[in-house]
Amino acid sequence: MIQLTINGKPARFDGDPDMPLLWYLRDELDLTGTKYGCGLGLCGACTVHLNGEAVRSCLTPMRTAAGKNITTIEGLAVHGDHPLQKAWEACNVPQCGYCQSGQIMQAAAILKTKPHPSDHDIDSGMQGNICRCGTYQRIRQAIKMAAGVQA
Amino acid sequence: MTRLTNPSRRGFLGQIFSAGALVIAAPLVPKLKAAGTWQPSVYLGIEPDGTVKIVAHRSEMGTGCRTGLPMIVADELEADWSRVQVIQALGDAKYGSQDTDGSCSVRDFYDRLREAGATARTMLENAAATKWDVSPDECRGQNHFVVHAKSGRKLAYGELVALASTAQAPKQNAIRLKTPDQFRYIGKDMPIVDLKPIVTGQAIFGIDARMPGMVYASIERPPVMGATLKTCDDAEAKQVHGVQQIAMLDLAKPPYGFKPLGGAAVIANNSWAALQGRKKLKIEWDLGENAAYDSASYKQAMLDTARQPGRVARKLGDVDAEFAKGGKTLEASYYTPMLAHAAMEPLAAVAEFKDGKVVAWAATQNPQAVQTTVASAVGIKKEDVLCHVTLLGGGFGRKSKPDYVAEAALLSKQVGKPVKIVWSREDDVHFDYFHSPAALYMKAAVDDKGHPTAWLQRSVFPPIAMQGNPNEQYGGFQLSMGWTDIPYPIPNLQVENGPAKAHVRIGWLRSVSNIYHAFGVQTFTDELAAAAGRDRVEYLLELIGPPRVIDFAKEGMQQGGPNNPKFPFDTARLRNVVEVAARQSGWANKKPAAGRALGIAAHRSFLTYVAAVAEVEVHDGEIRIPRVDIAVDAGRVINPDRVKSQFEGAAVFGASVALMGEITAAGGRIQQSNFDRYPVARMNQAPFETHVHIVAGDAAPAGVGEPGVPPIAPAICNAVFAATGKRIRELPIKGQLS
Repeated sequence: MIQLTINGKPARFDGDPDMPLLWYLRDELDLTGTKYGCGLGLCGACTVHLNGEAVRSCLTPMRTAAGKNITTIEGLAVHGDHPLQKAWEACNVPQCGYCQSGQIMQAAAILKTKPHPSDHDIDSGMQGNICRCGTYQRIRQAIKMAAGVQA
Repeated sequence: MTRLTNPSRRGFLGQIFSAGALVIAAPLVPKLKAAGTWQPSVYLGIEPDGTVKIVAHRSEMGTGCRTGLPMIVADELEADWSRVQVIQALGDAKYGSQDTDGSCSVRDFYDRLREAGATARTMLENAAATKWDVSPDECRGQNHFVVHAKSGRKLAYGELVALASTAQAPKQNAIRLKTPDQFRYIGKDMPIVDLKPIVTGQAIFGIDARMPGMVYASIERPPVMGATLKTCDDAEAKQVHGVQQIAMLDLAKPPYGFKPLGGAAVIANNSWAALQGRKKLKIEWDLGENAAYDSASYKQAMLDTARQPGRVARKLGDVDAEFAKGGKTLEASYYTPMLAHAAMEPLAAVAEFKDGKVVAWAATQNPQAVQTTVASAVGIKKEDVLCHVTLLGGGFGRKSKPDYVAEAALLSKQVGKPVKIVWSREDDVHFDYFHSPAALYMKAAVDDKGHPTAWLQRSVFPPIAMQGNPNEQYGGFQLSMGWTDIPYPIPNLQVENGPAKAHVRIGWLRSVSNIYHAFGVQTFTDELAAAAGRDRVEYLLELIGPPRVIDFAKEGMQQGGPNNPKFPFDTARLRNVVEVAARQSGWANKKPAAGRALGIAAHRSFLTYVAAVAEVEVHDGEIRIPRVDIAVDAGRVINPDRVKSQFEGAAVFGASVALMGEITAAGGRIQQSNFDRYPVARMNQAPFETHVHIVAGDAAPAGVGEPGVPPIAPAICNAVFAATGKRIRELPIKGQLS
C-alpha cells in the first residue's frame, strides 16, 4: 500500500508500484488536468509538483511518489487564481489548451527559485514543455506579468 | 467544456460533469431545448429566463471557433454575451458540414449564422411590437432587450420568448442584418469561452472523457501499411497485472479511407496496464509489398520524376519555345519531407456499443465522419451513432479522420463494455495520415533585367486521393493549393504534376500542399531576385505584377479552392500584405550583416493573403529567429486576438517545418516515434517574437487557421541565404548550416 498526499488530501494506492503517477492521477483519481503527451519526459504536458519541485509525472513511478506531497494543476490554487493562472487569462495564452496545465506547473516551479526571471531564465526553464499550437511568446509574456517583470 | 459549474458560462458538459464526480454519466444528450425554450434555429435557443444558448457546431482545436462562431450569432441577435451559454453540437447533418478543416468555419457559416441571429432578433422585435401594438419598425433589439425608442419602453428577451415562439419565422428578405458599424462583438477581442477551465485543469479533452464501467484498450497495429498477421501469442500479455483480455480486430484492406487499421487490442483496467500488456504481445507480421518502401530512395526517385515531363495542369504561352531561344535560364530542385501532425493530445475517444447503437465521446474534427465511419465499422445506421465532441488537444487535420473512434466502438461491441482507446505518442506518430513528401522542379528563362519570360514548375507527391484509390498517383485537387493558382503574370507559364505512389497513409496537415508549393515558388522567386541582384521585396512585387483580379475560371481552373465569386484573387491585396510586412519589419533599414538578415515570402491560401518577413541569426551553424512579422488580409475578422494567435502559432508551426520536421521510413516502417527523433519547435527554438499585422477590410471573411503556415519556411530559408549565402533547397534546415 502506497500512501501519499495529493493536493493536500491523503491518498492511497495498492496497484503496480511501477505505474507512473500520471496514470494514477488520471485513471484512478480522475484528476485529468495533468496530461499525457509523450510518456518519456519529452514534452512536459504531465508536469506536477512533487514536494514543491516540478517533475514529469509520466516518469515518476508510484513507488517514488510514496510519502510525497503532490500538487497538480487542480490544486495549484484553491480558486484557480494563482498569479500565473490570472496572467494566463489576461494574456489569452491558450489556443487548444492541452499543454497549458503542464506549462503553468513548470512556470510556477521556476518562479519559486527565480521570482524575477529573465528571458533567458524563462526560455531555458520552459524548453522542456512543448506547445504545438505555438503559444510560447504569450507564455513568456504571462510569466513576466505574474512575476511583475517588465514585459 | 469543463467540469466546473461556472454559472455564468456553464457549457452543457458542465451540467453533465458534476464537480467531484469520479464517474461521468455519459449517455446524456445535451439539452438545447429545456421546457419552455424557444428554438428559432438549429444554432440557438432562448429560455424564458433570458438565457441564450448558442450551438458551436464545429470543433475547437485551438483556432477559437467555439467562441467565434457563437459571437456571430450573438452579435446579430443583440444578445448580452454574459448571458450566452455555448453548447457543443453532437454530430448531426442538420447543422451543415461540421468537418472542421480547410480553414472554413467562419468562411462557410458567417452568413448563415448572422441570419440565424438576425431572424431570432426580428421575431423578438415583432413580438414586442405586438405586445405594445406599435409598428415593428419602431422596435429594436438591443443587448438582450427589445426597446421602443419613442416611448422608452423595453422588454427583456426572456419575456418575449412565449409570444415569439408562436410566430412564423420571417422570410429572409424581411430580416434586417446589421451594418458593420453596428457590430457589437464581431471585430472585437473576446476571450475564449474555455479559458478559465483550461488554466485550472478542468477542461475536458477526448483523452479525459469517461463512461461508467469503461475499460482501456491499446492496440498493436500492422507496422507497415498492408501488413497481415501471421501469428499472435498473447499468453504473456494476459498475465500482466490489470489486463482483462486480448481482442482481435480485422485488418483494414485498401482503400484505407478512414478505416480502423485493425490489430491486436489489449483490454485493461487502466491505460498503464493496457500499454504494459501490449509490450508482451508476440506478433509476427507478413509485411507485404510496402516493406520495400525506403524514404531515402523514394526521395531520389521523386526528385528524378520531377525532372521528367509531367501532366500539364496549367499552360500559358509556350515555355519550351521560350527556353529554346537560348537566353539565360535558371533551374532548381527542391524537396520537403514527410511530416507527422503530432498534436499534443494523441488520438483519443471513448465509445459504447449497446443495443445496436453507439455513443461516442471523441476529440474529433468531424463528428459526422465519426457517425459514418463508426456505423460502417460496426454495421449500424449512422443515425444510431451519437457523437459528442470534446475539446481537441490540437488537430491540424489528423483528427478529421476518425479511425480511432471506430476502434473504440468495435472493441466495445466485442467486450460488451464502454472502451476508451489509448493511443501512445508512438502510435500517434507511426499511424498518422502523413503530410506527403514532395519534390519540386522549377525553371525560368529571364530577360536582361532578370524578369522571367518563361516559368515552368513541376511538383511530385503521393496524393491524399490514395485514401480512396491506393493506386492514385496524381495530385488532383491538391494542385489548386498554391500551384496552379500562381499569380505571376508571366507570358509563358507551365504548371505540371508528376506521379508518386503512396506507401503510407497520406492525409492533410495544416495548410496541406501549400507548404511545399509555397516553398518552391517563394524560394525560387528569391533565387531569381538574388541572381538579378535585386531587392527581394521590390522584385517580389514586380513578379506579382500590377493590381488586378485574376480570372482563373477563364482558364477553366479552380482558384485555390472552389471557384467562388466572393473570393476573387485580387493581387492588390497580395501586394499590400507584402508592403505591410516589409514596412512593419523595418525591411528598408535592416541591411544584412554577417550572420543576420531578413527574408520574405508571400502566399495566398484558403482565400487569405499572407506575407511573412523572418529575421534570422546564424552563428556556428546554429540558427535563431529573433523576430517574424506577418501581414494578413483575411477580409473581415471576427475575433482579432484569436486571429493574431493563429498566426503567432503558424510562425512556430512553420519554424518546425523549416528547422527540424522530418519523418522517414525504412523497410516500410516509420523510423520516428516520439519528440526525441521527431522534434517540434520548443520555446528556445521558436521565433522569439512574432508580430501579426491584420489588414482590416470589409471583404468576406476567409481562412485563418492554416494560411499563416506556408510563407514561414521560405521566409526563414530566404533569410538564411541573405545571412550566409547558403541556399536551402531541402527541408528541414537541420544539419545543413554546419
